Amino acid sequence: MTSYLRLPRRNRELGLIVLALAIATAGFAAVQIARAEAFTSSPLIAAAAFAAAYLAAHAIVRATLPDADPYVLPITAVLTAVGLIEIHRIDPDLARDQGLWILIGLGLFAAVVVGFRDIRRLESLRYTCGALAVLLLLATIAVGTEVNGARLWIRVGDLQIQPGEFAKILLVVFLAGYLRERREVLAEPVRRVLGVGVPALRHILPLVLLSGISLVLLVAMNDLGSSLLFYVIALAMIYVATGRLLYVGLGIGLFAAGGLVALQLAPQVQTRIDAWLDPWAIERTGGYQIAQSIYTIADGGITGAGFGRGLILTDGGRTIIPFAETDFIYSVIANEMGLVGAAAVVLLYLLLAWRGFRIALNADDGFSKLLAVGLATAIAFQVFVIVGGVVRLLPLTGLTLPFVSYGGSSVTANFAIAALLLCISQRAERGRG
Amino acid sequence: MNRRIGHVFAVVAVGLLALIVMTTYWQVWARAGLEARTANVRLVYRDLAIDRGAILTSDGAVLAESRPGRLDGRDVFLRRYPTGGLAAQLVGYSSLLAGRAGLEQSLDPELTGSTSDLAGVRNAFDRMRGDTVRGDDVVLRLNAAAQRTAMDGLAAAGGRGAVVVLDPSTGGLLVMASTPTFDPNDGIAPALEAPDAPLLNRATQGLYPPGSTFKVVTAASALDNDVVDVDTEFPGPACITTAGQRLCNFSNRAYGTHDFGYALVHSINTTFAKVGIQLGEERLEGTMRGFGFFNRIPWDYPADQGLPSGVFNRRGRLIAPGTNLDVARLAIGQERLLATPLQMAMVAASVANGGQLVQPEPVQEVRAPDGSVTRRPGTTYLGRAMTTETAAALRSLMRDVVDDGTGAAAQVEGLDVAGKTGTAETGRDGLNDAWFIGFAPADAPRFAFAVLVEDVEGTGGDVAAPIAADVLRALTAQDT
Repeated sequence: MTSYLRLPRRNRELGLIVLALAIATAGFAAVQIARAEAFTSSPLIAAAAFAAAYLAAHAIVRATLPDADPYVLPITAVLTAVGLIEIHRIDPDLARDQGLWILIGLGLFAAVVVGFRDIRRLESLRYTCGALAVLLLLATIAVGTEVNGARLWIRVGDLQIQPGEFAKILLVVFLAGYLRERREVLAEPVRRVLGVGVPALRHILPLVLLSGISLVLLVAMNDLGSSLLFYVIALAMIYVATGRLLYVGLGIGLFAAGGLVALQLAPQVQTRIDAWLDPWAIERTGGYQIAQSIYTIADGGITGAGFGRGLILTDGGRTIIPFAETDFIYSVIANEMGLVGAAAVVLLYLLLAWRGFRIALNADDGFSKLLAVGLATAIAFQVFVIVGGVVRLLPLTGLTLPFVSYGGSSVTANFAIAALLLCISQRAERGRG
Repeated sequence: MNRRIGHVFAVVAVGLLALIVMTTYWQVWARAGLEARTANVRLVYRDLAIDRGAILTSDGAVLAESRPGRLDGRDVFLRRYPTGGLAAQLVGYSSLLAGRAGLEQSLDPELTGSTSDLAGVRNAFDRMRGDTVRGDDVVLRLNAAAQRTAMDGLAAAGGRGAVVVLDPSTGGLLVMASTPTFDPNDGIAPALEAPDAPLLNRATQGLYPPGSTFKVVTAASALDNDVVDVDTEFPGPACITTAGQRLCNFSNRAYGTHDFGYALVHSINTTFAKVGIQLGEERLEGTMRGFGFFNRIPWDYPADQGLPSGVFNRRGRLIAPGTNLDVARLAIGQERLLATPLQMAMVAASVANGGQLVQPEPVQEVRAPDGSVTRRPGTTYLGRAMTTETAAALRSLMRDVVDDGTGAAAQVEGLDVAGKTGTAETGRDGLNDAWFIGFAPADAPRFAFAVLVEDVEGTGGDVAAPIAADVLRALTAQDT
C-alpha cells in the first residue's frame, strides 16, 4: 500500500492549503490592525478553527480520494477566506455565522467525499435527484418566506434555508444521468418538423417538462437570476451531450421570450433594466445600489484601499450599498483589494472552472463528463451573472458569489459541488499518477 | 464530447475575463470622473474628519452641531440637529448619504474653516500635525422663539405654507419657516417619501399667485410714476370688462366713488385694474424689477434652492419682459404672476424702510474656534424700489388696512401693525392661497413679514393675518 505521505497530488494540495491559510491569516491581521479594535482572542480561535477544518478536509481527501484534483480545495480555501475577511470587516457577528457555515460546509464536503467516492453511485439516483429538486422548489413556494420581493427562503426555526441552491445541484445530477442515458436518441432526429430534425417526443418530454417546471417555479419565486442560471446550465449540458446548437438557439430564444414577458409583468424587472442602462439618472432611487456599487469599485483603484481601510459602512454600521455582504461583496473586494485583488478573485474562479472542465475532459464516462460540465458551469456562470450585475455589465439579479458571499445555503451547496468535482476526478485520474 | 466541453469552457472564460475588463474600466478609466460626482458619498466623507462649526440662532438655540463619533472604524464628526424640524429647510443638512443643502451648503466654507487663505494654511498645519481641523461657528439672525411660533401657526392653519420675517433696515432674516417640515436627523429618505414635499423650502422655492398683496407693488408704481395720487377719485363698480373678460371685486361687491388710498385699504380690484391699464406694462414691469421680480434673489443661500418671482408661461418658464400681458390682471396679482414668500417679504421690507430693496442676510456673525469674530456681515442694498414719499404714503395706507380694513386680525395690543391681505384663488374647488404681508411697528418698522398658507378655505385676513400677529407677539415679547 502506498503510504499516505507519498501522494504527490495530495502533497501539492497540502502545500497550497497552507499557502491559502497564510493569506487568510495575513488578511485577518490586516483587518484587525486597520479597525484598531480592542484585541480579543476570538478571531484567533476562529482562524485556528478555519485552518483545522481545512486540514481535516484535506486529510479526508488524502484517505479517500488519493488521486483527485489538487487545486479545487485550496482555491475554495482562498475564496472562503477572502469572503470571511470582508464579511468580518462589515460585521463581526455576520462573520461568526459565516465561519460556522464554512465549518458545516466542510462537513458536508467530507460527507459527500466519503459517500460518493465512487461517483457512479450517484448516477443510479438521477431520478430521485430530479424529483427531490422539484420537491424542494415546490416546498419553497408553498411554505417559503418572502424577502425583498423574492420567495427564496424556507424558515426552519431561526434558520433560513435557500433550497434553490441545493435544487441546482440535484438538477445537474438529474440532467447528467438523463442526458447520458438518452444522448444518442436526442442527437439522432427521427423526423423533421419545419425542416428541422426533432427527436422522438418521448425522449425529450421528461427533459422539457423538468426544465420547464423548474423554470416556472423559479419565476413564481420571482428570482430571475436563478432561473437564468438553471437555464444556462441545462443548455451547456445539452450542448455537450448532443452537440446540437439547435437546442441552444431554441433555448436562448425561449428565454428571451420569457424575459420579455417578465418585463411586462414584473415592474421591478423594468427598474433593474433602467438602473442598468442609466443608473446615474436615478441614483437616489432605483439606481442607488448600482451607482453606489460603482463608486465603491472605482474608489478602490488599482491597488485598493487595503483590508478594513475602505469606506464601506455608514452611520449606525449599515453598509452604504445595501446587501454589501451578499450580492455586492465583489464591490467591497474591489474597493479594499483593488483591481489587483478583484482580478485575482475572478481568475481564481476561472482557474476553478478550468479544473472543473479539465476533470470533465479526463473523465472516462459520459455521466461524469456531463456532471463535471454542469457543476463547473454552475459556479462560473453564477460568478458571471452576479459580478456582471455589480460592475454593470448585465442587469442586476440577486445571486451569491460562490464561497465568498454571506449565506449558509450558498456556502454549503458550493462545498458539495467542490466535493462532487473531486469524486469525479478521483475516478478519472485513478492510475494516471 | 471533449471538443464541445472545450467550446463551453471557452465561452465561460470569455465571460469571466469580461468581468475583469469591466472592473478595470471603472477602477482605471472612469475613476477620476466618478470621484467628482456630487452623489458620491465619498466627497462628503472626507469632510467628516473636520469638526464642522455649529449653527446657532440669535437667541442661543443650537440648530446644528457636530459630535464626535465612529464611522467605519474611524474617528469622525457626525452632524446633529438638536431642534429637529424647527428650521430644517433653511438650515438644510450635511450628511454622508444625502450630501448638502440649505445654509449647511452655502455656509460650508465658514463651517469647515476654509474661507480665507490664512484659514487654509492653519488647517493644513493642523492636518500635518494630526490635529482636528475645526470650523467656525455661525450665529444666525434667526429668532428661534418666533420661528417656533411661525411653524406652529402654519401647522395649525392647514399644514402647508411659509413665513418670512426680515429686519427692514438691515435685511436680517429673523424667521424663515416652511411647513410641512422634516427631521434632518433621520436623513432625507423619509422626507423624500413623505407627502407634500417637506424638503421644499416654500419660502424660497414655493411660487404662489400673490393676489391682492401685489397691489402694494402696483400702488408703488402708480404713485412713483404720478399716474395717480392717494386722493385721486375712482368710481366703484362691482365688475368691469377688460381684454374681453369680466373682472370683478371680491364677493362682487360694488363701492361708491372713492379715492385711490381707499381702494388699496379695501382691495378694490376694479380700481386697480384701471390703474394698471393707465400705468401700462412697461412701467409696472420696471417697478417689479426694482422690487427684485424676474431675478433670483441674491443672498447667502444655495442658488438652486431659490426661485425668481415673476410672470410664468404655461410651461412654467419665466416670461421675458415686453411680452403682451393683460396688465389689468397683472395689476391685481393675477395673469400667471407667481411670487415666493421671500420676495413678498422683501416688498414689505422696502415699504417699511423708506423704499430701499434690502438683501436678506441670514448671518449675524461668524466666530472662529478661539471665540474671535471673523465676519459680521453688513447691510447690502440692492437698489431703490420706490421714492421715500411713496413708501411713506404706502406705510400709512397699510396701517389703515390693519386698523379698519381687511387685515384687522393682525392687530397686536401695544404694537401698530401695517399690512396687506391677499386671497388668491387656486382654481381647486373653493381653496385659496392666503397671504398677509406687512410690517411693525408702523411708524418705525423693525419687522417686515410675509405669511402664506396654501390651499385653505379662508381668506388672507382670516388665516394668514393671525399667524403674523402671533409671530410679532413672539418677536416683541423678547424686548421686555
